[in-house]
Amino acid sequence: MAGKIAVYIDHFNGVPAISSWEGLTAARQLAGSLGGGLTALVIGHQVSAVADEAIRHGADDALLVDDAVCKDYRPETYATALTKILQSQPFEVVIFPTTGRTRELAAMSAVDLETGTAPDVLAFEVKDGKVIATRPVYAGKLLTKVVFREKRPQFFLIRSRIFAQPEADAARKGSVSRVDVQGLQPLSEVVGYKASEAGVSLTDAAIVVTGGRGVSNNTLTPPAGLTDEKQKEIWRAQQGFVMLRELAGVLGAAVGASRAAVDAGFIPYANQVGQTGKVVTPDVYFACGVSGAIQHLAGMRNSKTIIAINKDAEAPIFKLARFGIVGDIFEIVPALTREFKSQLGK
Amino acid sequence: MNIVVCVKQTPDTAATVTVQGGKVAWGDAPLILNPWDEFAVEQALRTKEAHGGKVIALSLGPEAAREALKHALAVGCDEARLVSDPAFEASDSLVVSSALAAAIRKIGEVDLVFFGRQAVDSDTGITGAQVARRLGWPALSLVAAVASLDPAAKSISVDRMLDEGRQQLKSSLPAVVSVVKEICEPRYPSFMGIRKASKIEIPVWSAADIGMAQVPAPALSWPEIFAPPKVETHCEMISGDTPEATASRLAARLIEEKVI
Repeated sequence: MAGKIAVYIDHFNGVPAISSWEGLTAARQLAGSLGGGLTALVIGHQVSAVADEAIRHGADDALLVDDAVCKDYRPETYATALTKILQSQPFEVVIFPTTGRTRELAAMSAVDLETGTAPDVLAFEVKDGKVIATRPVYAGKLLTKVVFREKRPQFFLIRSRIFAQPEADAARKGSVSRVDVQGLQPLSEVVGYKASEAGVSLTDAAIVVTGGRGVSNNTLTPPAGLTDEKQKEIWRAQQGFVMLRELAGVLGAAVGASRAAVDAGFIPYANQVGQTGKVVTPDVYFACGVSGAIQHLAGMRNSKTIIAINKDAEAPIFKLARFGIVGDIFEIVPALTREFKSQLGK
Repeated sequence: MNIVVCVKQTPDTAATVTVQGGKVAWGDAPLILNPWDEFAVEQALRTKEAHGGKVIALSLGPEAAREALKHALAVGCDEARLVSDPAFEASDSLVVSSALAAAIRKIGEVDLVFFGRQAVDSDTGITGAQVARRLGWPALSLVAAVASLDPAAKSISVDRMLDEGRQQLKSSLPAVVSVVKEICEPRYPSFMGIRKASKIEIPVWSAADIGMAQVPAPALSWPEIFAPPKVETHCEMISGDTPEATASRLAARLIEEKVI
């Protein structure tokens, strides 16, 4: 029984991106107005467990392309598989999480189907049967409403952590139908992989602890072997991030960094939050030694509660913060870590 | 190697962007080369410097988009093309990707196309993948490093950045590569470069010139653009006699307000 709404379940080697479940929440909200059930779309190899999990998280049924060619995610094969599913089943709306994979996958399938793609959706409304999505433009300085003209299906990619995580219900049952897709041709090959060191994914994290340029402002003594001033500064900054990681560890948080800290070579680019880095929307954002340049605010302004710790009482970050401390992060952060350890019983 | 780098002109990232009379305005802030595209241009130039050939900067936009192309020429691109036509005014990425793919076909023998990961105005990050799809070429997205490139064997291998880690990918040429910031440090235009750029003529192609006599209607419409509602935050300043006292007070407030 196909409904009007499909939800694409993004996964990496069989591990679902948790924002896929948020897609089911958004889709359920739309189904309230558009009617019909929710169909999960899963593409991969030996990933029927992902389809089952989608049903437990709220899908009514699932369509599954299980093909050895799809063992590694490659945009060309996945896009063709998706296009073929959507050509055989005329959905009105397809909801995707917004990830590095879905952005290109949806974009390519949209070319095949000559339809539009709206990424980073923050909200939906339905008026006279028409879906109206809201998404940020100009790094969130403005919002725009997006409506599909005649073309279907409508591809909406929702931003992470905007829609609630549904509770999994082990008792939920639904049918999983396999779709046979012929002639999938990858145009590139995965020849290697190295997992990132970061424990908690920045975009999925409920709490983010971010360090700015200020993390190198400490009086720690670099090892005698380091003579170069730049190297000494980087070493001091790295000790600063060790301190932030300890706080993050106690809170189960991800560690972020401002562009200034990344450009100075203190921490890899993968940790950068801001206009030219990642956009995060955690429940709690600790900005430690971050001044709050407009480009940084673009990456974190939608965090629910922002806590700023900075030596400079005039730093713009305090204008956005709910709680602020004017002080030295090297005094405050370790004290906070100890405090949370005892108060949270860790 | 014939290399195309697709660029867009955008308002400066530091600009205060507002809506005035239903239109986006950025006051006196300058229009710049989309910051992400600077990395694409730089990588294109480094590829040329290592393997020979030429770099053509390509943009779609109004006449003013010429400035973005001039920046690309000033740092060392050899040629530029501007696709400009009133028919493209309300385009979405579906139409833009169609036009860029048509322009790349018109340029002819192309081995590599570079894109920045996204434009800082529309922030969609999908055009590169759509151009690759239209051309039927491999899409290598979110590339943080080009590990190897062999023009004779027509092969490329790259590091792709995922949330989960780094992937190494290999494909044949021609290919479309979209790059992230980590890939390289863009160079600045030199005085000589700017002078040289001002003398390079930029051919302007209309929709008809790239074989799009009929520009399709966009799939999307944008009925309203507006400033986000102002959130009044009052920052509660926390202090104490010692760092321990301050930290303890903050932790207590966060737990009390059920923030943590």
